[in-house]
Amino acid sequence: MAKRVVIVEDEPNIIEAINFILSRDGWDVTVHANGETAVDAVRAVRPDAILLDVMLPGRSGYDILKELRADPDFAALPVLMLTARGQKKDREMADALGVTRFMTKPFSNAELLAVLGEITAGA
Amino acid sequence: MNSNVLISVSLVYVAFLFLVAFGADKWARAGRGAWLRSPIVYTLSLSIYCTAWTFYGAVGYAARSGLEFVTIYLGPTLVMVGWWWILRKLVRIGRAQRITSVADLISSRYGKSNLLGVIVTTLAVVGTTPYIALQLQSVTLSLAVFSAEDSGTGLVTSDAPATALWVAAGLAVFTVMFGTRNLDVNERHHGVVTAIAVEAVVKLVALLAVGIFVVWGLSGGAANVARMIDASPIAEWQLDGGRWAALTFLSAAAFLTLPRMFQVLVVENVDENQLATASWAFPLYLFLMSLFVVPIAVVGLARLPEGSNPDLFVLTLPLAEGHNGLAMLAFLGGFSSATSMVIVAAIALSTMVSNHIVMPLWLSFRQGGASVSGDVRNIVLIARRVSIGVVLAFGYLYYRFSGGGEALAAIGLISFVGIVQVLPAMLGGLFWRGATRVGAAAGLIAGFAIWAYALFLPSFGTALFAPEMMATGPWGIGWLRPQAFFGIEGMAPVVHALVWSLVINSALFFTFSLVSFPTPLERLQGAQFVNVFEHSKARRGWASGVAEAEDLLIMAQRIMGGAQAQALFRAQAAAQGKSGYLPDTTPEFLERLERELSGSVGAATAHAMVGQIAGGAAVSVKDLMAVADETQQMLEYSSQLEAKSEELSRTARQLQEANEKLTQLSIQKDAFLSQISHELRTPMTSIRAFSEILRDGAVDGPAQHHYASIIEDEAIRLTRLLDDLLDLAVLEAGQVTLNVQSATLGAVLDRAVAAARSATDGRPLDIRRDRAREDVTLETDTDRLSQVFINIIANARKYCDAAKPRLTIWVSKQESGLVIDFIDNGAGIPADAEAMIFEKFSRLTDQQKAGGAGLGLAISREIMNKLGGTIAYLPGQGGAAFRVTLPLAAG
Amino acid sequence: MVGPREPIFLGRETYRRRRLIDAMRLVPMAGALLFLLPLLGSGTAPRSTALGGFYLFVVWFGLIFFAFVLVRALARAPGGVGSDPLEPETGATAEDDKTGGGPAPGPR
Repeated sequence: MAKRVVIVEDEPNIIEAINFILSRDGWDVTVHANGETAVDAVRAVRPDAILLDVMLPGRSGYDILKELRADPDFAALPVLMLTARGQKKDREMADALGVTRFMTKPFSNAELLAVLGEITAGA
Repeated sequence: MNSNVLISVSLVYVAFLFLVAFGADKWARAGRGAWLRSPIVYTLSLSIYCTAWTFYGAVGYAARSGLEFVTIYLGPTLVMVGWWWILRKLVRIGRAQRITSVADLISSRYGKSNLLGVIVTTLAVVGTTPYIALQLQSVTLSLAVFSAEDSGTGLVTSDAPATALWVAAGLAVFTVMFGTRNLDVNERHHGVVTAIAVEAVVKLVALLAVGIFVVWGLSGGAANVARMIDASPIAEWQLDGGRWAALTFLSAAAFLTLPRMFQVLVVENVDENQLATASWAFPLYLFLMSLFVVPIAVVGLARLPEGSNPDLFVLTLPLAEGHNGLAMLAFLGGFSSATSMVIVAAIALSTMVSNHIVMPLWLSFRQGGASVSGDVRNIVLIARRVSIGVVLAFGYLYYRFSGGGEALAAIGLISFVGIVQVLPAMLGGLFWRGATRVGAAAGLIAGFAIWAYALFLPSFGTALFAPEMMATGPWGIGWLRPQAFFGIEGMAPVVHALVWSLVINSALFFTFSLVSFPTPLERLQGAQFVNVFEHSKARRGWASGVAEAEDLLIMAQRIMGGAQAQALFRAQAAAQGKSGYLPDTTPEFLERLERELSGSVGAATAHAMVGQIAGGAAVSVKDLMAVADETQQMLEYSSQLEAKSEELSRTARQLQEANEKLTQLSIQKDAFLSQISHELRTPMTSIRAFSEILRDGAVDGPAQHHYASIIEDEAIRLTRLLDDLLDLAVLEAGQVTLNVQSATLGAVLDRAVAAARSATDGRPLDIRRDRAREDVTLETDTDRLSQVFINIIANARKYCDAAKPRLTIWVSKQESGLVIDFIDNGAGIPADAEAMIFEKFSRLTDQQKAGGAGLGLAISREIMNKLGGTIAYLPGQGGAAFRVTLPLAAG
Repeated sequence: MVGPREPIFLGRETYRRRRLIDAMRLVPMAGALLFLLPLLGSGTAPRSTALGGFYLFVVWFGLIFFAFVLVRALARAPGGVGSDPLEPETGATAEDDKTGGGPAPGPR
């Protein structure tokens, strides 16, 4: 059975790109564009990994990460955070909240797949 | 008993004390030693008052003079239960002023006078050295008791000096190890204090054990002991009123002034709760220590052979009865009494000697050299260690050359009388602001001299003062007879010396204080000491920090003049990489400031003043200003300079404010850059991802086309962002030149509506206008104005969420100028977001819907500023409403 | 604004504490007096060491006991054992007896 991944991202073009890349690699992709309901979506899908954008309408990626980590079910869920801001303090913030990996946009497709494979390797 | 066993047990006990001290130090450094600061440990540490002189000697004293021995304990009892009078203040001052010794207290109170420090230190060393000798003697004597039993087969021979030397050397090692471990500003020694507390318990247990053995083991209970007392040579209480009162007073005064007592009472004190507990617990300790003294003396007199030394009854009684274990315990008790006293006395004296004699000398020898703090630290440590060695060597030599014996046994009280000469200067300094340095010095020197002449020197016997001289006075001057001043005879020598030395000491102290005039620093310190409860809190933790540098600047301005002080502070701040006038109060900065100030007011004052502010001592700014003002007068600064300095400090404040604004801007700049990064990276992410997909060649025709067009869209988005950014940069920099043209408002709106409609994104929009009202001719940069209009209309197309979007453009002439309102029929902008829509990158909804980078309204606002008009959001119009105002004069 | 009841309550507390401190100040004076009392009757009849000692030790223990009780009572009060309601908590300067006439700023 294919591994499930939830993409929480609001830029349609980026969603389309990531969706294409991951689907081609055999992932079962669910897209969620709204920050406020993202946690519910994750609860419903119970994915093997999440791609989480930082700047989302409604709610920041940090808040979502925090709520996920507070839930014992998702405390160990691999979360790959994507941000376009790429400042040092963003990374520190994400690390403090317990992110699994942190990537700065833009990234290469191969890199994205490699990292995603890496963080879900144990699952 | 085999004295080898005794030596082994002593060595094990000493090793145990080393372990205790080491462990306590380690715990304290690890921050786990809360119990080290408990009131009980403090109380037990005070027991160094009970030296070997009292452990062994009290029984001897009682055997000779009956109850009089208790006076030595009653004085301290009264001082302790009366802690609210003196000790509480002394401890508070010690804390607030970071006092390190009794010499430091006197020196500090009288304007940090080093002369007084040297006098008190000398007094303390001269007074304490014989006392240390006495302790060494007691240890050797008690060992000799065992070796006599042992008939010289063990390690301990009758070579008493060698024993004393070993003991002195061992104590020096212990004291150096634990007394000079760290150079803590507050001079606390947890290891030493804990070891002493352990020794205090041993002392008490030993004496109680011997007492219980004597009363219940040998005499069959308290009633029998009472009968034995009545039958003993000391059955009658020979009460000498003068001695009784004088000795009680003497012991009370000595309790306050003895360097070792000051060390444990004040310097090692951590908080006032310790003192409160000790106020009853320490008298209780003394009570227990003296409870069995008379019984032991009486039983010893009755049971031991005639001519036995009563000073050793505590040891010889158990030994004579064959209780070797108890005798051993008693020996350890005496050993503890001696060693704990010597250790603390050595620490206290070495602190004084190094702080008031060695360091000032060393500093004066290496004048001018740049002082490195680490360097000084090492010197202080070495000075302390050497001082400890020297103090113990003095004690040993005194023991050696005085030959032990009777002369030494009497030295306890003699030593007390010497050190209580500090009392008038101490109490005067604590309670009387009028006390001056000159008065204190006069009193101390006179008291010291009288003590030496009337008590100390005669104690050496006929070697120094010939009997004729004692009988008829020097050169036959009768009223100067050392033990009968002014022909008043009949007083015991100790009482005689005590009364005369203190009377003359106090008289000179008061007289000279009244006629002399204190320096500003003396007055400042006087106020600090006398009014300590108004300046300090009970516990540590005064607020310091930001206020410091400002206070320092104010003070420096008063002394150096405004311009000079500000230049110094600014340069120092710049050197630290800070702008403004307030550098961090680093040691380097304080040192530099002190050097600068000392050019005006002298090194001691400069040091004190800087220390008062930066050292955290709780001095009120008002007090400081008083001193600074006086200095200012002495330097005769003109009032104009004062005015000028005020003006400059106002400028300084303005600059500081400007600096704060710049800091704010810098924070905004960071946020802006972060946004830009986001806006640039987001389209790039799509471009890169789809480029790679296309490069891989894995997609077919229609998809290929779709992906390529996404790349194109994103590239356009990037370009637009860059255009907007550049536009905004030009506008904000004010570099834009207006291209003023003449056109009607209607024409400009026409152009804007057409342009906005041609854009691909957004929904069709029904635009309603009243063309008649638009017939106003404008003289302005019509291109820029239409850019603003396009923006507003495009926004309405993008964001108006009504089913049939409609935009009404309404023109009116008002007092404020020509007003153009753009009102749509959508939901409008939430009230809490109104404030930020004109900020850069503020987008209220999903990015994609907006298309732009969120710079449009920011650009519009800049343009309207340039055109002399405004653009604002107009709340309460049923939809989103923007009001553009143009000055009528321009129209 | 402070309610009207509170100051009265605080006043009582402060008053109690002041009296405790007074008592504490009195202890050493009473002790000194009692320790010196035997001096008064000196001269005539010889005194017994046993009885005299008994008297001294009883007085001594009494002092310790009173000091203990007073410290316990003080420690229970708010502000800790060492605080005195008459003394300001912090900072205020003393204006009472600035001897020597603190000169005003400016040239003489």
